[in-house]
Amino acid sequence: MQQLISFIQKYKYLLFFIILQFIAISLTISNNSFHKSKFLNSTNIISGGLYEKSSNISDYFNLRGQNEILVKENIFLRNRLAKTQIKKETQIDIKKIDSVGHIQKYTYTFAKIIKNEYSKPFNYLLIDKGSAEGINKEMAVFNSKGIIGITEKITNNYTRIQSILNKNSKISASIKNGSNYFGPLVWNGKDYNTVQLTDIPRQANVKVGDTIITSGRSTIFPEGILIGSVLKVKNEKSTDNEISIRLFNDMSNLRYVSIVKNLHKIELKNLEDE
Amino acid sequence: MNKIIYYTFIGFILVFLQVFILNKILFYGYINPYLYIAFVFFFPIRENRFFFLFVAFLLGLIVDIFSDSGGIHIFSILTIAYLRLFFLKIYFRKTPIDFPFFNLQKEPFGKIFNFTITLTIIHHLILFSLANFSFENFSNVLLNTFYSSIFTLILFFIGNYIFIKKQ
Repeated sequence: MQQLISFIQKYKYLLFFIILQFIAISLTISNNSFHKSKFLNSTNIISGGLYEKSSNISDYFNLRGQNEILVKENIFLRNRLAKTQIKKETQIDIKKIDSVGHIQKYTYTFAKIIKNEYSKPFNYLLIDKGSAEGINKEMAVFNSKGIIGITEKITNNYTRIQSILNKNSKISASIKNGSNYFGPLVWNGKDYNTVQLTDIPRQANVKVGDTIITSGRSTIFPEGILIGSVLKVKNEKSTDNEISIRLFNDMSNLRYVSIVKNLHKIELKNLEDE
Repeated sequence: MNKIIYYTFIGFILVFLQVFILNKILFYGYINPYLYIAFVFFFPIRENRFFFLFVAFLLGLIVDIFSDSGGIHIFSILTIAYLRLFFLKIYFRKTPIDFPFFNLQKEPFGKIFNFTITLTIIHHLILFSLANFSFENFSNVLLNTFYSSIFTLILFFIGNYIFIKKQ
Protein backbone atom coordinates (compact mmCIF):
# COMPACT_ATOMS: atom_id res chain seq x y z
CA MET A 1 0.00 0.00 0.00
CA GLN A 2 2.80 2.33 1.00
CA GLN A 3 4.59 1.53 -2.23
CA LEU A 4 1.48 2.13 -4.28
CA ILE A 5 0.97 5.56 -2.74
CA SER A 6 4.58 6.51 -3.27
CA PHE A 7 4.34 5.29 -6.84
CA ILE A 8 1.32 7.53 -7.44
CA GLN A 9 3.13 10.38 -5.69
CA LYS A 10 6.13 9.96 -7.93
CA TYR A 11 4.28 9.62 -11.24
CA LYS A 12 1.20 11.76 -10.57
CA TYR A 13 1.82 14.09 -13.53
CA LEU A 14 2.46 11.20 -15.89
CA LEU A 15 -0.74 9.48 -14.72
CA PHE A 16 -2.78 12.67 -15.14
CA PHE A 17 -1.24 13.16 -18.56
CA ILE A 18 -2.11 9.60 -19.60
CA ILE A 19 -5.73 9.95 -18.42
CA LEU A 20 -6.18 13.15 -20.47
CA GLN A 21 -4.50 11.59 -23.51
CA PHE A 22 -6.81 8.61 -23.23
CA ILE A 23 -9.83 10.94 -23.38
CA ALA A 24 -8.35 12.64 -26.45
CA ILE A 25 -7.65 9.41 -28.31
CA SER A 26 -11.12 7.98 -27.62
CA LEU A 27 -12.68 11.21 -28.91
CA THR A 28 -10.55 10.97 -32.06
CA ILE A 29 -11.50 7.38 -32.74
CA SER A 30 -15.20 7.95 -32.16
CA ASN A 31 -15.08 10.98 -34.49
CA ASN A 32 -13.49 9.00 -37.31
CA SER A 33 -16.03 6.19 -37.36
CA PHE A 34 -19.06 7.06 -39.42
CA HIS A 35 -22.28 7.94 -37.55
CA LYS A 36 -20.67 7.62 -34.17
CA SER A 37 -19.45 11.15 -33.48
CA LYS A 38 -21.65 11.82 -30.51
CA PHE A 39 -19.65 13.93 -28.11
CA LEU A 40 -17.76 16.67 -29.83
CA ASN A 41 -18.84 18.63 -32.82
CA SER A 42 -19.56 22.17 -33.79
CA THR A 43 -23.36 21.82 -34.04
CA ASN A 44 -23.85 22.81 -30.40
CA ILE A 45 -25.49 26.12 -29.54
CA ILE A 46 -22.32 28.01 -28.55
CA SER A 47 -19.95 27.19 -31.40
CA GLY A 48 -22.80 27.06 -33.94
CA GLY A 49 -24.02 30.49 -32.86
CA LEU A 50 -20.52 31.98 -32.95
CA TYR A 51 -19.90 30.55 -36.42
CA GLU A 52 -23.18 32.06 -37.59
CA LYS A 53 -22.15 35.51 -36.32
CA SER A 54 -18.75 35.29 -37.98
CA SER A 55 -20.31 34.13 -41.26
CA ASN A 56 -22.77 37.03 -41.17
CA ILE A 57 -19.78 39.36 -41.28
CA SER A 58 -17.85 37.51 -43.98
CA ASP A 59 -21.00 37.24 -46.17
CA TYR A 60 -20.49 40.76 -47.47
CA PHE A 61 -17.17 39.95 -49.07
CA ASN A 62 -18.53 37.59 -51.70
CA LEU A 63 -21.96 39.02 -52.43
CA ARG A 64 -21.03 39.84 -56.02
CA GLY A 65 -19.92 36.30 -56.86
CA GLN A 66 -22.99 34.75 -55.22
CA ASN A 67 -25.27 37.11 -57.17
CA GLU A 68 -23.72 35.99 -60.44
CA ILE A 69 -24.28 32.33 -59.55
CA LEU A 70 -27.89 33.09 -58.64
CA VAL A 71 -28.56 34.89 -61.92
CA LYS A 72 -27.06 32.02 -63.90
CA GLU A 73 -29.17 29.47 -62.07
CA ASN A 74 -32.28 31.59 -62.59
CA ILE A 75 -31.70 31.72 -66.33
CA PHE A 76 -31.09 27.98 -66.42
CA LEU A 77 -34.34 27.30 -64.56
CA ARG A 78 -36.29 29.74 -66.73
CA ASN A 79 -35.07 27.90 -69.83
CA ARG A 80 -36.21 24.62 -68.35
CA LEU A 81 -39.57 26.07 -67.45
CA ALA A 82 -40.05 27.33 -71.00
CA LYS A 83 -39.25 23.88 -72.36
CA THR A 84 -41.77 22.13 -70.13
CA GLN A 85 -44.43 24.66 -71.06
CA ILE A 86 -43.96 23.87 -74.73
CA LYS A 87 -44.26 20.18 -73.94
CA LYS A 88 -47.43 20.72 -72.00
CA GLU A 89 -49.06 22.69 -74.80
CA THR A 90 -48.23 20.07 -77.41
CA GLN A 91 -49.14 17.10 -75.28
CA ILE A 92 -52.28 18.44 -73.70
CA ASP A 93 -54.55 16.42 -75.95
CA ILE A 94 -52.88 13.11 -75.36
CA LYS A 95 -52.05 13.28 -71.70
CA LYS A 96 -54.76 13.12 -69.11
CA ILE A 97 -53.89 15.21 -66.08
CA ASP A 98 -54.76 13.26 -62.96
CA SER A 99 -54.03 15.09 -59.74
CA VAL A 100 -54.49 11.99 -57.59
CA GLY A 101 -52.03 9.87 -59.50
CA HIS A 102 -49.37 12.54 -59.36
CA ILE A 103 -47.09 11.88 -56.41
CA GLN A 104 -44.24 14.17 -55.58
CA LYS A 105 -41.02 12.34 -54.77
CA TYR A 106 -38.59 15.03 -53.65
CA THR A 107 -38.89 18.31 -51.75
CA TYR A 108 -36.15 20.93 -51.72
CA THR A 109 -35.14 23.48 -49.13
CA PHE A 110 -32.24 25.89 -48.99
CA ALA A 111 -29.66 26.76 -46.31
CA LYS A 112 -26.56 28.85 -45.83
CA ILE A 113 -23.13 27.38 -45.10
CA ILE A 114 -21.67 28.97 -41.99
CA LYS A 115 -18.49 26.93 -41.82
CA ASN A 116 -16.59 25.36 -44.68
CA GLU A 117 -13.63 22.97 -44.64
CA TYR A 118 -11.69 21.44 -47.51
CA SER A 119 -8.07 21.08 -46.44
CA LYS A 120 -8.25 18.11 -44.07
CA PRO A 121 -8.61 14.39 -44.78
CA PHE A 122 -12.00 14.36 -42.99
CA ASN A 123 -13.96 17.50 -43.84
CA TYR A 124 -17.29 18.65 -42.42
CA LEU A 125 -19.50 21.64 -43.23
CA LEU A 126 -21.98 23.43 -41.01
CA ILE A 127 -25.30 24.94 -42.18
CA ASP A 128 -27.71 27.25 -40.38
CA LYS A 129 -30.80 25.01 -40.46
CA GLY A 130 -31.67 22.03 -38.32
CA SER A 131 -34.45 19.74 -37.25
CA ALA A 132 -36.68 22.76 -36.59
CA GLU A 133 -36.82 23.24 -40.40
CA GLY A 134 -37.43 19.55 -41.04
CA ILE A 135 -33.90 18.43 -41.83
CA ASN A 136 -33.09 14.80 -41.04
CA LYS A 137 -30.15 12.45 -41.15
CA GLU A 138 -28.88 11.31 -44.56
CA MET A 139 -30.34 13.97 -46.78
CA ALA A 140 -28.53 15.08 -49.94
CA VAL A 141 -26.89 18.51 -50.10
CA PHE A 142 -25.95 20.17 -53.39
CA ASN A 143 -25.92 23.51 -55.22
CA SER A 144 -26.37 24.62 -58.82
CA LYS A 145 -22.89 23.39 -59.81
CA GLY A 146 -22.87 19.98 -58.20
CA ILE A 147 -23.07 17.77 -55.14
CA ILE A 148 -21.61 18.83 -51.79
CA GLY A 149 -22.36 16.14 -49.20
CA ILE A 150 -24.81 14.36 -46.93
CA THR A 151 -26.35 15.60 -43.67
CA GLU A 152 -24.96 13.73 -40.74
CA LYS A 153 -25.53 15.25 -37.30
CA ILE A 154 -28.55 17.42 -36.53
CA THR A 155 -29.43 19.69 -33.65
CA ASN A 156 -32.38 22.03 -33.38
CA ASN A 157 -30.89 24.89 -35.40
CA TYR A 158 -27.72 23.59 -37.01
CA THR A 159 -26.70 20.63 -39.13
CA ARG A 160 -23.32 19.09 -39.77
CA ILE A 161 -22.70 17.85 -43.31
CA GLN A 162 -20.22 15.18 -44.23
CA SER A 163 -18.53 16.70 -47.27
CA ILE A 164 -17.74 14.60 -50.35
CA LEU A 165 -14.18 15.62 -49.45
CA ASN A 166 -14.18 13.15 -46.57
CA LYS A 167 -12.41 9.81 -46.64
CA ASN A 168 -15.53 8.14 -45.22
CA SER A 169 -17.78 9.49 -47.95
CA LYS A 170 -19.18 7.05 -50.54
CA ILE A 171 -21.71 8.23 -53.11
CA SER A 172 -23.12 6.18 -55.98
CA ALA A 173 -22.23 7.87 -59.28
CA SER A 174 -22.58 6.99 -62.95
CA ILE A 175 -21.43 8.23 -66.35
CA LYS A 176 -23.74 10.44 -68.38
CA ASN A 177 -23.41 8.78 -71.78
CA GLY A 178 -26.40 6.51 -71.95
CA SER A 179 -24.73 3.53 -70.31
CA ASN A 180 -25.86 2.26 -66.93
CA TYR A 181 -22.49 1.62 -65.34
CA PHE A 182 -22.19 2.92 -61.81
CA GLY A 183 -19.75 2.84 -58.91
CA PRO A 184 -18.95 4.46 -55.58
CA LEU A 185 -17.40 7.93 -55.59
CA VAL A 186 -14.64 8.29 -53.01
CA TRP A 187 -11.92 10.78 -52.10
CA ASN A 188 -8.28 9.91 -51.44
CA GLY A 189 -7.64 12.98 -49.28
CA LYS A 190 -5.11 14.67 -51.56
CA ASP A 191 -6.50 17.42 -53.79
CA TYR A 192 -9.77 19.18 -53.01
CA ASN A 193 -10.61 19.62 -56.70
CA THR A 194 -10.45 15.95 -57.69
CA VAL A 195 -12.38 12.91 -56.44
CA GLN A 196 -12.15 9.27 -57.55
CA LEU A 197 -14.75 7.01 -59.12
CA THR A 198 -14.00 3.34 -58.46
CA ASP A 199 -15.37 -0.08 -59.45
CA ILE A 200 -16.45 0.92 -62.94
CA PRO A 201 -16.10 -2.21 -65.10
CA ARG A 202 -13.26 -2.17 -67.61
CA GLN A 203 -15.52 -2.61 -70.62
CA ALA A 204 -17.23 0.70 -69.88
CA ASN A 205 -16.21 3.23 -72.47
CA VAL A 206 -15.02 6.22 -70.42
CA LYS A 207 -13.28 9.15 -72.10
CA VAL A 208 -11.57 12.21 -70.69
CA GLY A 209 -14.14 15.00 -70.45
CA ASP A 210 -17.21 12.77 -69.87
CA THR A 211 -19.70 14.16 -67.37
CA ILE A 212 -20.25 12.25 -64.15
CA ILE A 213 -23.66 12.46 -62.42
CA THR A 214 -25.32 10.86 -59.41
CA SER A 215 -26.81 7.50 -60.29
CA GLY A 216 -30.02 7.70 -58.24
CA ARG A 217 -29.45 4.17 -56.97
CA SER A 218 -29.31 5.17 -53.31
CA THR A 219 -32.21 6.63 -51.40
CA ILE A 220 -30.26 9.84 -50.71
CA PHE A 221 -29.41 11.56 -54.01
CA PRO A 222 -31.94 12.03 -56.83
CA GLU A 223 -30.71 10.93 -60.24
CA GLY A 224 -28.78 13.29 -62.48
CA ILE A 225 -27.24 15.83 -60.12
CA LEU A 226 -23.93 17.02 -61.58
CA ILE A 227 -20.64 15.95 -60.02
CA GLY A 228 -17.73 16.67 -62.35
CA SER A 229 -15.91 15.71 -65.52
CA VAL A 230 -13.44 12.88 -66.10
CA LEU A 231 -9.87 14.11 -65.73
CA LYS A 232 -7.83 10.94 -66.10
CA VAL A 233 -8.56 7.29 -66.95
CA LYS A 234 -6.12 4.53 -66.05
CA ASN A 235 -5.28 2.59 -69.21
CA GLU A 236 -3.04 -0.08 -67.76
CA LYS A 237 -4.61 -3.42 -66.85
CA SER A 238 -5.09 -3.31 -63.12
CA THR A 239 -7.80 -4.45 -60.75
CA ASP A 240 -8.48 -1.05 -59.26
CA ASN A 241 -10.12 0.74 -62.12
CA GLU A 242 -9.86 4.22 -60.68
CA ILE A 243 -11.09 7.25 -62.62
CA SER A 244 -10.06 10.75 -61.52
CA ILE A 245 -12.84 13.32 -61.66
CA ARG A 246 -12.54 17.07 -61.55
CA LEU A 247 -15.41 18.58 -59.54
CA PHE A 248 -17.57 21.29 -61.14
CA ASN A 249 -17.91 22.88 -57.71
CA ASP A 250 -15.12 24.94 -56.24
CA MET A 251 -15.35 23.40 -52.78
CA SER A 252 -13.37 26.25 -51.23
CA ASN A 253 -15.99 28.81 -52.27
CA LEU A 254 -19.48 27.73 -51.22
CA ARG A 255 -22.32 29.76 -49.72
CA TYR A 256 -25.91 28.73 -50.41
CA VAL A 257 -26.95 25.09 -50.80
CA SER A 258 -30.11 23.08 -51.51
CA ILE A 259 -31.14 20.13 -49.40
CA VAL A 260 -33.23 17.31 -50.84
CA LYS A 261 -35.73 15.29 -48.89
CA ASN A 262 -36.77 11.99 -50.41
CA LEU A 263 -40.45 11.47 -49.56
CA HIS A 264 -40.32 7.83 -50.65
CA LYS A 265 -37.33 6.98 -48.52
CA ILE A 266 -39.11 5.04 -45.79
CA GLU A 267 -41.10 3.10 -48.36
CA LEU A 268 -37.90 2.16 -50.24
CA LYS A 269 -36.04 1.24 -47.07
CA ASN A 270 -38.88 -1.00 -45.92
CA LEU A 271 -38.92 -2.75 -49.26
CA GLU A 272 -35.18 -3.35 -49.11
CA ASP A 273 -35.31 -4.68 -45.57
CA GLU A 274 -37.97 -7.26 -46.27
CA MET B 1 -0.83 33.61 -8.98
CA ASN B 2 -1.90 36.74 -10.84
CA LYS B 3 0.63 35.91 -13.51
CA ILE B 4 -0.88 32.48 -14.06
CA ILE B 5 -4.41 33.90 -14.52
CA TYR B 6 -3.01 36.49 -16.93
CA TYR B 7 -1.30 33.86 -19.07
CA THR B 8 -4.39 31.61 -19.03
CA PHE B 9 -6.43 34.55 -20.29
CA ILE B 10 -3.91 35.13 -23.10
CA GLY B 11 -4.17 31.42 -23.92
CA PHE B 12 -7.93 31.73 -24.45
CA ILE B 13 -7.47 34.82 -26.64
CA LEU B 14 -4.96 32.85 -28.74
CA VAL B 15 -7.46 30.01 -29.17
CA PHE B 16 -10.19 32.30 -30.44
CA LEU B 17 -7.70 33.98 -32.76
CA GLN B 18 -6.84 30.49 -34.01
CA VAL B 19 -10.44 29.38 -34.54
CA PHE B 20 -11.85 32.46 -36.24
CA ILE B 21 -8.90 33.89 -38.17
CA LEU B 22 -5.91 31.58 -38.46
CA ASN B 23 -7.92 28.45 -39.36
CA LYS B 24 -9.20 30.28 -42.43
CA ILE B 25 -5.81 31.26 -43.89
CA LEU B 26 -5.14 27.94 -45.71
CA PHE B 27 -2.24 29.24 -47.76
CA TYR B 28 -2.03 27.17 -51.01
CA GLY B 29 -5.10 25.28 -49.81
CA TYR B 30 -3.51 23.46 -46.89
CA ILE B 31 -0.68 25.37 -45.15
CA ASN B 32 -2.03 26.74 -41.91
CA PRO B 33 -0.36 28.25 -38.82
CA TYR B 34 -1.25 26.82 -35.39
CA LEU B 35 -0.28 29.77 -33.23
CA TYR B 36 -2.27 28.72 -30.15
CA ILE B 37 0.56 26.40 -29.10
CA ALA B 38 2.52 29.56 -28.15
CA PHE B 39 0.61 29.21 -24.88
CA VAL B 40 2.78 26.21 -24.03
CA PHE B 41 5.97 28.15 -24.76
CA PHE B 42 5.46 31.06 -22.40
CA PHE B 43 3.26 29.72 -19.60
CA PRO B 44 5.15 30.13 -16.29
CA ILE B 45 6.73 27.01 -14.81
CA ARG B 46 5.44 25.98 -11.41
CA GLU B 47 6.00 23.04 -9.12
CA ASN B 48 2.36 21.93 -9.49
CA ARG B 49 1.72 21.05 -13.12
CA PHE B 50 -1.89 19.86 -12.86
CA PHE B 51 -3.32 23.28 -13.65
CA PHE B 52 -1.05 23.76 -16.66
CA LEU B 53 -1.92 20.33 -18.11
CA PHE B 54 -5.61 20.95 -17.50
CA VAL B 55 -5.63 24.35 -19.24
CA ALA B 56 -3.73 22.84 -22.18
CA PHE B 57 -6.41 20.13 -22.35
CA LEU B 58 -9.16 22.77 -22.26
CA LEU B 59 -7.59 24.85 -25.05
CA GLY B 60 -7.20 21.76 -27.23
CA LEU B 61 -10.83 20.87 -26.54
CA ILE B 62 -12.07 24.29 -27.68
CA VAL B 63 -10.08 24.13 -30.92
CA ASP B 64 -11.36 20.59 -31.52
CA ILE B 65 -15.00 21.54 -30.98
CA PHE B 66 -14.72 24.37 -33.46
CA SER B 67 -12.88 22.39 -36.12
CA ASP B 68 -14.84 19.09 -35.79
CA SER B 69 -11.70 17.03 -35.42
CA GLY B 70 -12.44 14.68 -32.53
CA GLY B 71 -9.53 14.93 -30.10
CA ILE B 72 -6.46 15.47 -32.27
CA HIS B 73 -5.69 18.98 -31.01
CA ILE B 74 -6.07 17.88 -27.38
CA PHE B 75 -3.69 14.99 -27.95
CA SER B 76 -0.99 17.00 -29.65
CA ILE B 77 -1.03 20.05 -27.36
CA LEU B 78 -1.04 17.83 -24.24
CA THR B 79 1.99 15.95 -25.55
CA ILE B 80 4.08 19.09 -25.94
CA ALA B 81 2.74 20.47 -22.65
CA TYR B 82 3.99 17.34 -20.91
CA LEU B 83 7.33 17.24 -22.75
CA ARG B 84 8.03 20.94 -22.14
CA LEU B 85 9.86 20.45 -18.85
CA PHE B 86 12.16 17.85 -20.37
CA PHE B 87 13.20 20.18 -23.20
CA LEU B 88 13.59 23.12 -20.81
CA LYS B 89 16.10 21.07 -18.88
CA ILE B 90 17.94 20.08 -22.05
CA TYR B 91 18.12 23.43 -23.84
CA PHE B 92 18.30 25.95 -21.00
CA ARG B 93 20.12 23.76 -18.46
CA LYS B 94 17.84 24.80 -15.61
CA THR B 95 17.48 23.06 -12.25
CA PRO B 96 14.15 23.05 -10.35
CA ILE B 97 15.45 25.90 -8.18
CA ASP B 98 15.57 28.24 -11.21
CA PHE B 99 12.01 27.47 -12.38
CA PRO B 100 10.08 30.21 -10.48
CA PHE B 101 12.40 32.89 -11.93
CA PHE B 102 12.47 31.51 -15.44
CA ASN B 103 11.42 33.95 -18.17
CA LEU B 104 11.51 32.93 -21.82
CA GLN B 105 12.11 36.50 -23.05
CA LYS B 106 15.30 36.88 -21.05
CA GLU B 107 16.96 33.88 -22.63
CA PRO B 108 19.27 34.16 -25.68
CA PHE B 109 17.54 33.92 -29.06
CA GLY B 110 19.38 30.79 -30.18
CA LYS B 111 18.13 28.76 -27.23
CA ILE B 112 14.54 30.02 -27.61
CA PHE B 113 14.70 29.12 -31.29
CA ASN B 114 15.81 25.54 -30.61
CA PHE B 115 13.19 25.12 -27.91
CA THR B 116 10.24 26.44 -29.94
CA ILE B 117 11.22 24.65 -33.16
CA THR B 118 11.43 21.27 -31.39
CA LEU B 119 8.04 21.62 -29.69
CA THR B 120 6.37 23.00 -32.85
CA ILE B 121 7.59 20.13 -35.03
CA ILE B 122 6.53 17.51 -32.46
CA HIS B 123 3.09 19.14 -32.17
CA HIS B 124 2.52 19.44 -35.92
CA LEU B 125 3.76 15.95 -36.68
CA ILE B 126 1.37 14.39 -34.16
CA LEU B 127 -1.47 16.67 -35.27
CA PHE B 128 -1.21 15.88 -38.99
CA SER B 129 -0.58 12.15 -38.45
CA LEU B 130 -3.73 11.91 -36.34
CA ALA B 131 -5.70 14.06 -38.78
CA ASN B 132 -4.66 11.70 -41.58
CA PHE B 133 -5.61 8.67 -39.44
CA SER B 134 -3.99 6.12 -41.74
CA PHE B 135 -0.56 5.26 -43.10
CA GLU B 136 -1.44 6.37 -46.62
CA ASN B 137 -0.21 9.76 -47.87
CA PHE B 138 2.53 9.91 -45.27
CA SER B 139 4.64 12.15 -47.52
CA ASN B 140 1.76 14.64 -47.40
CA VAL B 141 1.86 14.58 -43.60
CA LEU B 142 5.58 15.34 -43.58
CA LEU B 143 5.24 18.17 -46.12
CA ASN B 144 2.33 19.65 -44.20
CA THR B 145 4.33 19.45 -40.96
CA PHE B 146 7.31 21.15 -42.56
CA TYR B 147 5.48 24.07 -44.19
CA SER B 148 3.03 24.67 -41.34
CA SER B 149 5.87 24.63 -38.79
CA ILE B 150 7.67 27.35 -40.73
CA PHE B 151 4.46 29.41 -40.88
CA THR B 152 3.73 28.96 -37.16
CA LEU B 153 7.27 29.88 -36.13
CA ILE B 154 7.37 32.99 -38.32
CA LEU B 155 4.08 34.18 -36.81
CA PHE B 156 5.27 33.36 -33.30
CA PHE B 157 8.51 35.35 -33.64
CA ILE B 158 6.77 38.31 -35.30
CA GLY B 159 4.16 38.35 -32.52
CA ASN B 160 6.88 38.04 -29.92
CA TYR B 161 8.77 40.96 -31.45
CA ILE B 162 5.71 43.22 -31.70
CA PHE B 163 3.87 42.56 -28.46
CA ILE B 164 6.55 41.86 -25.91
CA LYS B 165 8.64 44.79 -24.78
CA LYS B 166 12.32 44.26 -24.28
CA GLN B 167 13.45 45.19 -20.82
